[in-house]
Amino acid sequence: MTAGSKSQAGIVTGQVGHSADDGATRRDFLFLTAGSFGAVGAGIAAWPLVHSMNPAKDTLALSTTEVDISKIEKGQSITVMWQGKPVFVRHRTEDEIDQARKVDLSALGDKQEDTARVKKDREAWLVVVGICTHLGCVPVGQKPSESRGDFGGWFCPCHGSHYDTSGRIRKGPAPKNLAVPPYEFLSDTLIKIG
Amino acid sequence: MGSSERATFNNKVVSWIDERLPVFTLMQKEYGVFPTPRNFNYFWNFGAIAMFMLIAMIATGIFLAMNYTAHVDMAFDSVERIDRDVNWGWLLRDIHMNGASFFFIAVYIHIFRGLYYGSYKKPREILWILGVVIFLLMMATAFMGYVLPWGQMSYWGATVITNLFSAIPLVGDGIVKWLWGGFAVDNPTLNRFFALHYLLPFVIFAVVFLHVWALHVSGSNNPTGIEPKGKQDTLPFHPYYTMKDTFGLLVYLVIFCAFVFYAPDYLGHPDNYREANALVTPAHIVPEWYFLPFYAMLRAITFDVGIPGTDIVFISAKLGGVIAMFGSIALLFVLPWLDTHPIRSARYRPQFRLFLMIFLAAFVVLGYVGSQPADAALAGVPLQVIGLLGTAYYYAFFLVVLPWLNKTEKGKDVPKSIYDAVMAAEGKKK
Ligand code: HEM
Ligand code: FES
Repeated sequence: MTAGSKSQAGIVTGQVGHSADDGATRRDFLFLTAGSFGAVGAGIAAWPLVHSMNPAKDTLALSTTEVDISKIEKGQSITVMWQGKPVFVRHRTEDEIDQARKVDLSALGDKQEDTARVKKDREAWLVVVGICTHLGCVPVGQKPSESRGDFGGWFCPCHGSHYDTSGRIRKGPAPKNLAVPPYEFLSDTLIKIG
Repeated sequence: MGSSERATFNNKVVSWIDERLPVFTLMQKEYGVFPTPRNFNYFWNFGAIAMFMLIAMIATGIFLAMNYTAHVDMAFDSVERIDRDVNWGWLLRDIHMNGASFFFIAVYIHIFRGLYYGSYKKPREILWILGVVIFLLMMATAFMGYVLPWGQMSYWGATVITNLFSAIPLVGDGIVKWLWGGFAVDNPTLNRFFALHYLLPFVIFAVVFLHVWALHVSGSNNPTGIEPKGKQDTLPFHPYYTMKDTFGLLVYLVIFCAFVFYAPDYLGHPDNYREANALVTPAHIVPEWYFLPFYAMLRAITFDVGIPGTDIVFISAKLGGVIAMFGSIALLFVLPWLDTHPIRSARYRPQFRLFLMIFLAAFVVLGYVGSQPADAALAGVPLQVIGLLGTAYYYAFFLVVLPWLNKTEKGKDVPKSIYDAVMAAEGKKK
């Protein structure tokens, strides 16, 4: 684009006589506006490409799971799949609830009361996403044979994170408590996750 | 590439084509008579070897893709079928699998050559930067390729690495969902990884083209780091270096074949022969060996950076690890402006050479740390500490040692020319 070079631009402005004091010409202005519109347009055109990679409608539609909890004994825990992720549903014993409730908040990394992590009057039930908040491994502790870590909840073997009986992070590199998914009790024995 | 500079060819057909599209002139100029320093050692073979490996990966990859199914229910079985039932499928797969490793070996040596002989310095900055771009693209390609067989390591490696992005404040979780196309590594993820795994090698090919173009503008560096000053310093590329490159490549391929035919799974991980299972994490997740040093840097940061004694955290441990890992590659991009010492080659910079060798050792140690469980120890020292020290040295080498040597290192006397250096070495031998 030789027309953009300084000497030639000078000649053009000399002839047409639209040069402002700072040397900017009408042509410079048109180039700039056309260029900016082009760039914005290209950006907008790229959005459908980028957005096509976000979860699709059918993926989003699969996002609730119903769980029958009538068969889970006290002290037991089951794993269900929700949105491709394991969810732990744990029937806590009185002891475990006590342990979770008597912890001093200042001892926690991610400060949250146990009451904020369970439904009112259903404190025996703890429902958490079974994915370590460090880098996404599945913590162990669901089966009686597995280690539940130093705090009686779960233990992530990947980099050694310990969770307590409320699913809160107590030790190790994970930054957050195990997430509580949105869920509701449809009846005494049925919950809907999502 | 003007027609005025065209070479003359005796063959009429060649001549006819060349007048219309001067590809023969181009080849003649860039690979025939191209003046090349006469003193290359075998470190200069690895560019050609890497090029060969890239082509081998693309060739085997295309034929694997003809039998591969990118679906979570079928991917694992389709790869097993390639191994067992497809004619020569086992060979294609073993070449592709080990080819990735041998591609990385060649490129790591190639990069180290550049560091040792100062090949990143003026006027080769862009050449070097394009090389780092290729390295990054290779890592992305290999990472996504490793997900395709849909074994346990595929799945959990993908989970851990994509989760890294969740460390980014505010937008992190959105980015991770976007990468997954869902709420976990799942079918949409496998599909897009396959699409990108097919695409990226061709992007690499294009960047390699630019890399070689830049090389042919500046010309090659050489073990002395001195620019050629005249004919006595160079040799025509053909036949001298076509032969040397071919010889080196053949030796390399012998070693490569030993792995492909006798130990095809030596460099891999047995857990990847178990199908992916979203409910069971393997006890010890390790990436492929060529990622280990970077994986160690990722895990080295286990502390939050914030105001001590309060809960205020600026950089969480998780984000810190991610920054340490990506930053280590970012440093390579700016290396030409960190090391501005006028002498290129480590041959004439004893202090630089010493620190560079320690750097190499630190990198290898980091690789070892990355291969071990996070809470392991070596001779009583927690690997955690060793990983942190290695990471600290990696950074210090670039940000402290190099700038300091710029100011203080005198260096040895540099020979007047390549020719002088070669003759002096010959004289010593006799
Ligand atoms: C830069 C070049 C490339 C690198 C570094 C690379 C790397 C890898 C790696 C590490 C794997 C996993 C191997 C295993 O454990 O089974 C893989 C698998 C695969 N790659 Fe590539 N690849 C490259 C180019 C290509 C190309 C160009 C294609 C297709 C056109 C391709 C198609 C495939 C397919 C279909 C698989 C799955 C089958 C299998 O696992 O063996 N690759 N790749
Ligand atoms: S993924 Fe659980 S501790 Fe790292």
